[in-house]
Amino acid sequence: MSIIVDAKGLSCPQPVLMTLNKIKEIKKGEIIVKVDTDTSKENVSRAAQSQGWEVADIQENKEGYQLTIRK
Amino acid sequence: MPPGDLERALCGLEFPTDSNLIVGLDRADDAGVYKITDDIAMIQTVDFFTPIVDDPYWFGQIAAANALSDVYAMGGVPKTAMNIVAFPIKQMDISILRKIIQGGLDKMREAGVVLVGGHSVEDKELKYGLSVTGFVHPDRVLTKKALNAGDLLILTKPLGTGIINTAIKGGLASGEAIEFVTHLMATLNRDAAEVMKGFPVHACTDITGFGLIGHVAEMVVDSGFGISLWSEKIPIIPEAVDYAAMGLVPAGAYNNRKFREGMVDISPSVKQAVLDILYDPQTSGGLLISVEKESAGDLVNELKKKGIDDAAVIGEVLTEPKGRIVVNP
Repeated sequence: MSIIVDAKGLSCPQPVLMTLNKIKEIKKGEIIVKVDTDTSKENVSRAAQSQGWEVADIQENKEGYQLTIRK
Repeated sequence: MPPGDLERALCGLEFPTDSNLIVGLDRADDAGVYKITDDIAMIQTVDFFTPIVDDPYWFGQIAAANALSDVYAMGGVPKTAMNIVAFPIKQMDISILRKIIQGGLDKMREAGVVLVGGHSVEDKELKYGLSVTGFVHPDRVLTKKALNAGDLLILTKPLGTGIINTAIKGGLASGEAIEFVTHLMATLNRDAAEVMKGFPVHACTDITGFGLIGHVAEMVVDSGFGISLWSEKIPIIPEAVDYAAMGLVPAGAYNNRKFREGMVDISPSVKQAVLDILYDPQTSGGLLISVEKESAGDLVNELKKKGIDDAAVIGEVLTEPKGRIVVNP
């Protein structure tokens, strides 16, 4: 079971804060982050990379974007 | 509103004309300019927004400095102002409004501007700003597009206020960064405007919501010139680079990028975080001055003597590629 951070409906910088908190908590592994704006997609990608995590996949769906980040 | 939306709303509408109108809506400059006599032209501008810092007194100062800036950017001197207030009177204590207006008044006093009136409405969301009137000699109006080939561009305040404000919202900004950016946004562009009057300046604008690249874009479109920016020379608030890399980039920066990226050529060695900062919407940003190449060094020195320590030459006006912005390392 992947860990999911659902940040849909939240404006910046909330999705970034939620992602950074989860990264801090689990230290390594895989997280799926759900967002619904281009801004959040870009910012969550930057946040993950700044912590040495890889953005393994970005899926676009009708609810927005689903980012898979991994370390 | 995001760049481009207002243009769509106004597109095709006919505006009244007058032979004394020197700068009107068709030119989309920092402020409107109307000739009163052969020696005097009136500059008019208005700006207001929602709070960007928690302290009401500082918010008042910042909103006033921001509204006054457009007059300085046109080469003028502001003289009178009117308050614009939207206030949630049922939810918020009136003492907050008093502190905001006190901040605005103190900034007006510093600028030598008198408050002559205002208008207030009840609103769910607090907003404050000014309508400002200033004066300039009709022959000395500084517009955005009167660039000259070979001119150098000088920026008078460091970039990154939008990113720092996003970090503040997220509770991630350092105390130092908060204090620095608050004072920076509350600093008038008056001294910079006074210093540039002694130099062969051809064009000027101030950097606000469209970010550096957005305002540079307004300079080059239909000017007959292009602009090269030297990203390593651009003054940046130190913490902004780290915060941008962490993803604390405001939505406005992405909107600015989407609107203008088609006219920008970027060197591959320019870091993503720096590029984010070049699109970052600024509150009460600095002046961007296009000055004759030979005088640029002296102008920067004079600005620094006046305490404008971050002033720097950040790029140049090119004859080619016309209408484009080149971002170099």
